Amino acid sequence: MKPKNQRLALVAAAVVALFAAVLLAMWGLRSQASYFYTPADITAGKAHDGEAMRLGGMVERGSIKHLPDGVTIRFVLTDEHAQTPVVFRGIAPDLFREGSGAVAEGRLENGTFVADNILAKHDERYMPPELGNLAAEHKTAKTLEK
Amino acid sequence: MIAETGLAALWLAAGLAALQFLLMILGLRSGADVRRAMRSIAIIQGVLTLIAFAMLLMVFARSDMSVALVFENSNSAKPFIYKVAGAWGNHEGSMLMWLTILAVAGAFVALLAHRTSERTTTAALGAQALLALGFYAFLLFASNPFARLSPAPMDGQGLNPLLQDPGLAFHPPTLYLGYVGLSVAFSFAVGALLTGEVDSRLARAMRPWVLGAWILLTLGITAGSYWAYYELGWGGYWFWDPVENASLMPWLAATALLHSINVLAARGALKAWTMMLAVIAFSMSMVGTFLVRSGILTSVHAFAIDPERGTFLLALLAIYVGAAFILFAVRAPALKEGAPFELVSRESGLVINNLILSVILGVVFVGTLYPLFVEAVTGEKLSVGAPYFDAVAGPLALLLAVLVGIGPLVAWRRERRPVFKQLAIPALFGITALAITIILDSGMRILPRLGFTVGAYLAAASFLPLANRNPIRAPLATWGMALAHFGIAVALAGMAANAAFSSERLAVAKPGDILTVGPWSVMLADVTPTAGKNWTAIEAELRASRGSGAITLAPESRFYSDPPTETSESAIRTFWNGQLYTVIGKQDGSGAWQLRLWWKPFVTLIWAGGALIAIGGALALLGRLWRLVWWPWRKREWRQERYA
Repeated sequence: MKPKNQRLALVAAAVVALFAAVLLAMWGLRSQASYFYTPADITAGKAHDGEAMRLGGMVERGSIKHLPDGVTIRFVLTDEHAQTPVVFRGIAPDLFREGSGAVAEGRLENGTFVADNILAKHDERYMPPELGNLAAEHKTAKTLEK
Repeated sequence: MIAETGLAALWLAAGLAALQFLLMILGLRSGADVRRAMRSIAIIQGVLTLIAFAMLLMVFARSDMSVALVFENSNSAKPFIYKVAGAWGNHEGSMLMWLTILAVAGAFVALLAHRTSERTTTAALGAQALLALGFYAFLLFASNPFARLSPAPMDGQGLNPLLQDPGLAFHPPTLYLGYVGLSVAFSFAVGALLTGEVDSRLARAMRPWVLGAWILLTLGITAGSYWAYYELGWGGYWFWDPVENASLMPWLAATALLHSINVLAARGALKAWTMMLAVIAFSMSMVGTFLVRSGILTSVHAFAIDPERGTFLLALLAIYVGAAFILFAVRAPALKEGAPFELVSRESGLVINNLILSVILGVVFVGTLYPLFVEAVTGEKLSVGAPYFDAVAGPLALLLAVLVGIGPLVAWRRERRPVFKQLAIPALFGITALAITIILDSGMRILPRLGFTVGAYLAAASFLPLANRNPIRAPLATWGMALAHFGIAVALAGMAANAAFSSERLAVAKPGDILTVGPWSVMLADVTPTAGKNWTAIEAELRASRGSGAITLAPESRFYSDPPTETSESAIRTFWNGQLYTVIGKQDGSGAWQLRLWWKPFVTLIWAGGALIAIGGALALLGRLWRLVWWPWRKREWRQERYA
């Protein structure tokens, strides 16, 4: 191959790779991205049953119930406008507790959120960005209690 | 006084970096010989940042609570090693560490760069100084690690317990060394683009840096994966978390660069291409640093949410990457044509390798940044997780693994022999593995099945380049390549085994109860309280047996006091054929304990593969450095003999 053609071929290959990456990513995102909802969104009917999603809120005080099998829990996530019941089978993360923030991954089934995974905040100073505002409100409430 | 000394050293070093950059402009403009002055400046600058970093380690070691950073991230009750490691377990300290490594790397470039021309060395050192300047500004104006508190508080707030782990002491420094090694490749590329001297000499000067950075990134990713595996207690080894992707993206770019730089070094081809990859590789390091350090991610690594710092880092990223791309666009067309090669040749093979790696990099990049982009534009929140990455990157990675077996067999420039003939034995390995998976488990999913097949094929194919010659006389670099490619096969087999054969058990148990998982029966013998220096814990005593003999495991659920947090410490026992992984959860209402047990056959192969890849890289680096030192010396001796 002549050097000139070689350079052209290489540029063409790079462009094809770029397009391939973008198309592949778009295809993947369309089918696999999951959206973040709050309990208010669920009440408003924004989410559909069976769609992979994340649900974020505060764990309502007094709502955690253990089922007889010992490894399934039910609790309620709230954003102070609405509540969504959640069921989760597994070991809840260490920082998962009533009155603090959590994000559940899973899907909605007949109004109940079935979680595959629960993410709780890892650190006192750290909040999931999605919950930033909620956390601030919560903090002021706490200070007022004192 | 210690903190002030550190701060003064930083300011001095920043001044020297500015001087170093001005000298480059002077040198390139007037042609004056500034190289010597630049060298001394670069070395002094490296020493000054080392002093600053040593001062930071000292205030942490002494628990000097009058320093704000120590107060926020340390506590006098912490074990000593975590006090010291705490110095880089936070935003300011880790940025100082990054900068120190950058400046010390600059000093080594100044000491060792004899291979490139004077002009290119000058330009590269200037580029390195300009890079450092941005980070000096970031540290001094937006995240001063030495700020004082007055009056000094009694005791500190402590360190996130998840980070109180030996993994923390080594994981970030390893990754940072990798990131910053790529900055040297970037500076060389920028320097060479400025002077137009992109040739095999440049490639040989860059190669050890790229190779070294790549080895450390490989180790960092492998260690990070194992840390997440045992510390988070979720049984997974890779979560496609944005922070993990932040380290994977530079690795992918560095892997592509590592292969294309060999083409430039050996054949003088792929000039513009290699320069582009050097720019992209360091851009990915910057993107990684931005993602982790700006605090915009939902992750344990995002220490602080501080928009000012995020904006500062984003601006630095945009300026450096933007300037480098513009420089590339202006200068690349003027580069001389590279050496020609035919369609079937080693060069073409490496181009295909680069293209596939670039596509994987592209899809990981889009998947990682798309949620941030969407949220910034529409305010809508979404997450992109494992299903996306597995679906788009998995098949590409498998395809690449198939081609890895073929590429090294093809000759440089043009190949006329039938290469596929040699692949008969590896193909046989692959087919045998496929047959075994069908016999063992006809319902296995497609990806693990392909993983076993490709893994077995590649395990055999990776050693073919050594079989074609006398293996003892083969260069170390060839051995390194074979070992690294074999490591890919090993890691693939481990991932496939973990996906196909893992068994999991989640249940509650009272002392005396027996649970089964895989071939194991595990009895909960006892649950007792225990305590460490800054934590208390509930410890389970598990007796596990399969057939004869029993072993004891002790998973814990820990409660740290400063800051108040709980972590679960999994107990893992490794056997030649797998790992038994146990986690204790919480007590349920009736007094029974939650237990989560996994039997993971051959899961350790994943990290063994990662280690093999890094060792292969280290062998290649050793081979290159050996030649660097040994050959000039031998040549001299030979000349002396001849003229004697």
